[in-house]
Amino acid sequence: MQEHHHRTDKQINTDLLSSIFSTPKWWPIATLACLIVYLTGMTAFAYMLNKGVGVTGLNRPVFWGFYMVNFVFWIGISHAGIMISAILRLTQAEWRRPITRAAEVLTVFSLIAALQAAPLVHVGRPWRADLWVFPYDFSRGIWINVKSPFIWDPSAVMTYLTASSLFVFVCLIPDLAIIRDRTKGIVSKIYGFLALGWRGTPVQWKLQIVAGILLSALVLPVFVSVHSIVSWDFAAQIGPEAWHSTIFAPYFIIGAIHSGVSAVATVMVVMVWLFKWDKYITPDHLDAIGRLLIIVATAWFFFFFLEWVYALYTLEGPELAMRELQVFKMPWSAMFIIFVITAYLFPVPMWLFKKVRRNFLWMFITTISVNIGMWLERFLIIVPGLMRKQPLMFNWGSYTPSIVEILMVAMTFAWVLMGMLLFARVFPLIPLFDIKEGMVGRDEIKIGRAKVPASIRE
Amino acid sequence: MPENKWGMVIDLDKCTGCQSCVVACQSENNIPINTEDIFNQRRAIEWIRIERYWEGEFPNVRARYVPVLCQHCDEAPCEPVCPVLATYHNDQGLNVQVYNRCIGTRFCANNCPYTVRFFNFWEPEWPESFKNQLNPDVTVRSRGIMEKCTFCIQRIRRFSKNSESTERDLNPACTNACATDALVFGNLNDPESKISKVKSKGKKRSYKMLEELGTEPNVIYLKKVEKGTKQEHNVH
Repeated sequence: MQEHHHRTDKQINTDLLSSIFSTPKWWPIATLACLIVYLTGMTAFAYMLNKGVGVTGLNRPVFWGFYMVNFVFWIGISHAGIMISAILRLTQAEWRRPITRAAEVLTVFSLIAALQAAPLVHVGRPWRADLWVFPYDFSRGIWINVKSPFIWDPSAVMTYLTASSLFVFVCLIPDLAIIRDRTKGIVSKIYGFLALGWRGTPVQWKLQIVAGILLSALVLPVFVSVHSIVSWDFAAQIGPEAWHSTIFAPYFIIGAIHSGVSAVATVMVVMVWLFKWDKYITPDHLDAIGRLLIIVATAWFFFFFLEWVYALYTLEGPELAMRELQVFKMPWSAMFIIFVITAYLFPVPMWLFKKVRRNFLWMFITTISVNIGMWLERFLIIVPGLMRKQPLMFNWGSYTPSIVEILMVAMTFAWVLMGMLLFARVFPLIPLFDIKEGMVGRDEIKIGRAKVPASIRE
Repeated sequence: MPENKWGMVIDLDKCTGCQSCVVACQSENNIPINTEDIFNQRRAIEWIRIERYWEGEFPNVRARYVPVLCQHCDEAPCEPVCPVLATYHNDQGLNVQVYNRCIGTRFCANNCPYTVRFFNFWEPEWPESFKNQLNPDVTVRSRGIMEKCTFCIQRIRRFSKNSESTERDLNPACTNACATDALVFGNLNDPESKISKVKSKGKKRSYKMLEELGTEPNVIYLKKVEKGTKQEHNVH
């Protein structure tokens, strides 16, 4: 059972809009720091555009490196949104209410971060890549190659981005109207425009709720497809022996949920620390997400184990060579140990303790740890897979990232942080109407002499 | 059946690992100079390379040489993964790279089990004195695109246009440069061609590289003959 903080609608409005109507001291500093890192990364990107992909550490046979790892990582984080807002919404998990918007916004920003690390960015001739995403050469009969996973991939990611942006917007409308009513002049006009003439009439509420449920139901197939398709960038290849595995799609999806839900837990803790919303995000919420994480992490660990079994069972030369590299050769072995510990062996036993699950600092540490591990996981799949591609040992290679790649990875992290900070200043990060709806759901109503809860949930 | 199906037979018993094919290819196809720096970056471009493997324990060590070039697979893994169709199969059995269409995703290079696709990480550069030496029949590839062995398609074209040309005009640069005749190039669909004869003669020794992947390569390797085996007497 959750604690019930009974608050009036006015109190909720004042509390949750505080991030918009007042600027905390740390805000400009944090945002500026993110902006500086972001612009440094952009400069590195401009340098790469000017000089060519030669400025990276990529080589033959490691033709994909940090960028691809980062791409897969951010697509993984973006799975948080669907998991929290669609699945928990449809299953009516009450504890989702205060975190749905943060999760969805995280999804949108991490998808844009993924686009900034996408293959589109690190192709040899980006200025001609429009041929690929926006094929215009119809007159010459040159069409894109629909057989290529690189065509499926942008389609899936763009579908996801469209759906989750819509989702964020639909859920924002009632809150936008509140801000409209509390501001004046041009600012009010802008919020008013965005609120699409919201008056809070029963018809409008009905439409908004139907849209929300429809979007969460329609987005469910995307939940399965996005990361499956990203995994097929690898699994559909026969070149690198270690990638050619049917388990990749489910393995990537469960890994994505693991890192995504952990990222949401991190965001929850940070929101409480920064905006003092401890009455809305309580240890109960952390406890619930912690329990969910134990299940997700263990499911992921099972797939991780299965992938190893499938790999070793074949006894294929390059597959064994790749595994040997991962586990026994420095520095890969060190990374492998860090990955297993940070992604599973450290956080999951910790989450088994109720005290850890209800502690903000511990949840922050463990969930950050998961994402360090999950970043390394993608790195250890992609790079060693290419280094030990086939039995032709003559072509076995190595890879060290260059400073340009490192800066561009830092850029995507700065982008997501900056995006969340900016969003929090302009829109409420906790959905006001959803919290109020939850309050109503918990109210008690009189039936005759007895007092009963208005709805039975949780 | 199409008229031509170009292929190559590589007799490993004849290969001495002298690398003259590599040099010939380099100058025929305007391949940028592989400096020490580029080698250290692991970005050297060699459309044909001699892979050297050591066999046995000291002091009984033997060097094995395997020339590896684009296998022009019938079921080429590089082709379906290119989002812009920059690489495709033509009706002559060649795996063709269209430089103008290529945007450089490097997907094809990852999916090539033979690692014979090369990416132009840098803009190619030649010393001033080399500029007049470039082959006018071959495109100089700019940075950011993939390239690979073409079986010297410019020579095949010239051969088909000129009725007086000989087999030597048809052969790719590597084949002409091979001192021991280890490389044989020709039309696999023509039973009278030299390659068909070499192929049927060496049938017992023939294999295709990484055949189990189902790529159906058009380059056929003839196994090295071991000293003191039965085969030794039958080959030469």
